[in-house]
Amino acid sequence: MEYFVQQLINGVTLGSIYGLIAIGYTMVYGIIGMINFAHGDIFMVGSFIALMTFIALGILGGIWLPLALLVTLLVTMVITAAYGWTVERLAYRPLRGSFRLAPLISAIGMSIFLQNYVQLLQGARVRPLQPVIEGHFILMKSAHFSVVLSYMQITIVLVTVILMAIFATLISKTALGRAQRACEQDSLMASLLGINVDRTISLTFIIGSLLAAVAGMLFLLYYGVIDFYIGFLAGMKAFTAAVLGGIGSLPGAMLGGLIIGLIETFWSAYFTIEYKDVAAFSVLVLVLIFFPTGLLGQPEVEKV
Amino acid sequence: MQNTPQRAVNWSRIVKESLVAGLIALVLFFELVGVRVVDNPGGLGLRSRWLWLLIAVVATAVGRLLLAWRREILNNRPVADLGLTASDSGKSDSRIQIFTRYVAPLLIAFALTLPMMPFANRYIVDIATLVLTYVMLGWGLNIVVGLAGLLDLGYVAFYAVGAYSYALLSTQLGWSFWVSLPLAGLLAASFGILLGFPVLRLRGDYLAIVTLGFGEIVRIILLNWYTFTNGPDGISGIPRPSFFGLPFKRHVPEGTDSFSSFFGLDYSSMHRIIFLYYLILLLALLTNFFTLRIRRLPIGRAWEALREDEIASRSLGINPTNTKLSGFAIGAMFAGFAGSFFATRQGFVSPESFTFIESAVILSIVVLGGMGSQIGVVLAAVLLIGGTEMFRSLADFRMLAFGALMVAIMVWKPRGLLSNREPTVRLADHPEEPSPDLVAEQKS
Repeated sequence: MEYFVQQLINGVTLGSIYGLIAIGYTMVYGIIGMINFAHGDIFMVGSFIALMTFIALGILGGIWLPLALLVTLLVTMVITAAYGWTVERLAYRPLRGSFRLAPLISAIGMSIFLQNYVQLLQGARVRPLQPVIEGHFILMKSAHFSVVLSYMQITIVLVTVILMAIFATLISKTALGRAQRACEQDSLMASLLGINVDRTISLTFIIGSLLAAVAGMLFLLYYGVIDFYIGFLAGMKAFTAAVLGGIGSLPGAMLGGLIIGLIETFWSAYFTIEYKDVAAFSVLVLVLIFFPTGLLGQPEVEKV
Repeated sequence: MQNTPQRAVNWSRIVKESLVAGLIALVLFFELVGVRVVDNPGGLGLRSRWLWLLIAVVATAVGRLLLAWRREILNNRPVADLGLTASDSGKSDSRIQIFTRYVAPLLIAFALTLPMMPFANRYIVDIATLVLTYVMLGWGLNIVVGLAGLLDLGYVAFYAVGAYSYALLSTQLGWSFWVSLPLAGLLAASFGILLGFPVLRLRGDYLAIVTLGFGEIVRIILLNWYTFTNGPDGISGIPRPSFFGLPFKRHVPEGTDSFSSFFGLDYSSMHRIIFLYYLILLLALLTNFFTLRIRRLPIGRAWEALREDEIASRSLGINPTNTKLSGFAIGAMFAGFAGSFFATRQGFVSPESFTFIESAVILSIVVLGGMGSQIGVVLAAVLLIGGTEMFRSLADFRMLAFGALMVAIMVWKPRGLLSNREPTVRLADHPEEPSPDLVAEQKS
């Protein structure tokens, strides 16, 4: 029982990070119908920028830790958003309106580029960071196992919940959210009604990158180890999560993230760690057989 | 030629744009280029390299300046210089047709004579073999993506199945290459059916992610099923192919012949390389021939019909599942053939050769070439594989350039290098289409 609860906590933590990345995939897919393969690498770039900013603040020294974390978060968000914007501007905008696979290939190219860009500039070695947020609660205790809830895990889940709340308000209440939903439904009509579609799409990429930046920073603080390849793995999981939840659906992305995180954690805990990815993908295939558009996705209506 | 007044180049706007670009570059590059993480004894530290940052920012600004300047000049051209779009595209279409008609035989002739050329050394033939492997994979995937219109991001899984089939059949059972080759193809095709059966009713991008997942599953199993595949160490000592039973060896057991002794040649290690080259050339041409012929069969037409309009073809009595499944399986079969070739050429297989990046490379060859265009695949393979192979000395920058090249080609030619596609069926008494020039005239 204690072991189960512990895995549940770990799974929800991991799932939150996946969910944050998955939202970037699902938003972009919803608005321009493309798989943004470079999104995982944007997450990776965010992680690196967080690492460097944090070290730089450490070198300056004497800053109260929560303040340092806040500054790191802001810097990471700004720079990562700039990356997201630039990627869209350079690789996707010129391809708007061309056939479906063109932006996909461009995105794969961008992903390869970003991976090698970071590898070249920052080296291929895995870099451990000292744990920053330490300490934990002990929730349950038995003779041989105690359930630990670390402050870091609380932070991750808390940050995710807060961001989700902000994000949901943004989409449902603000003018930007309305414009975005309009573009999702019919971008041509939206542009006829005076919405700047290009600008809305750029903002979508920026929001997605902001969330990925936060996910990247949380990932760095939680695991302490990053390399240029984390973007591919996390991106693939997050994309799986987005599809599982129903691509285009925002609550679906979060739900999918949680499910993938839980499956991975439980599979590693009770079966073999080597096959955890196989388990995640198999669940995806199973779900898609019964719900061809994901758990919360809208069924596609075909008109002739 | 009309005399339109030349507008002056708007310099203030150009300079402003270039400054903005430089500023964005500064934000982007400040940390990742300007600073590097280093391991200090007391933990992680940073080392600055402001010169790099300066170069990167200035390069971006200047690049933007040149682009904007070029755009202004193009915009200011008198209208008559622009050329009318309709006649332009019509011309380039027919140009591509002529290109395809005459270049294809030339390319084949060149490929056939390449090993005999004076400049063909071991290195060149090796690269040509590699390029041809990708051409074959591209043609195989073209059946799935180009003809059947199914987006497959895990194509490399079938390539892996083919490679491991031959590796295991030859090292465990001692089967020869020529017996294993069809078997490897069959095995890969059955894997295609196995995967395709549950997922082919999914649409577009759902299918893409499932195939991507399948590719990863195959790789992970190869990596972890130690007793069967030897895990990350891979399988080594895979037998090299023989020339109809004559091995390419310097020394053979008493009483048997090697390739060189049978034909009374001096032994040369080039023989095997050249043989491998012709082998892959043959396999690739076979794939091409098969594709060209099957497009004219009912099954090929059904693929293309499904790709264009699924509902219409379903109402005309085409069974979408079976049709897609056959396309998937046939594409997988060619990957299986290519996989066995890969195994016998390398003499060694390991899961490392079958990562997602390989699938991405093969898919980009198909798309960059212009979907459905056979010659386009060749051009893209030569450009991407041959091109990056040439830059092998710049090892680290190779993949960086590869990614940038993919983006650049896509942005420059979104429909691929050769996007023109011959119609499969042409009515015999179809009236001549109005010539593009005529259309242009009417429009103006």
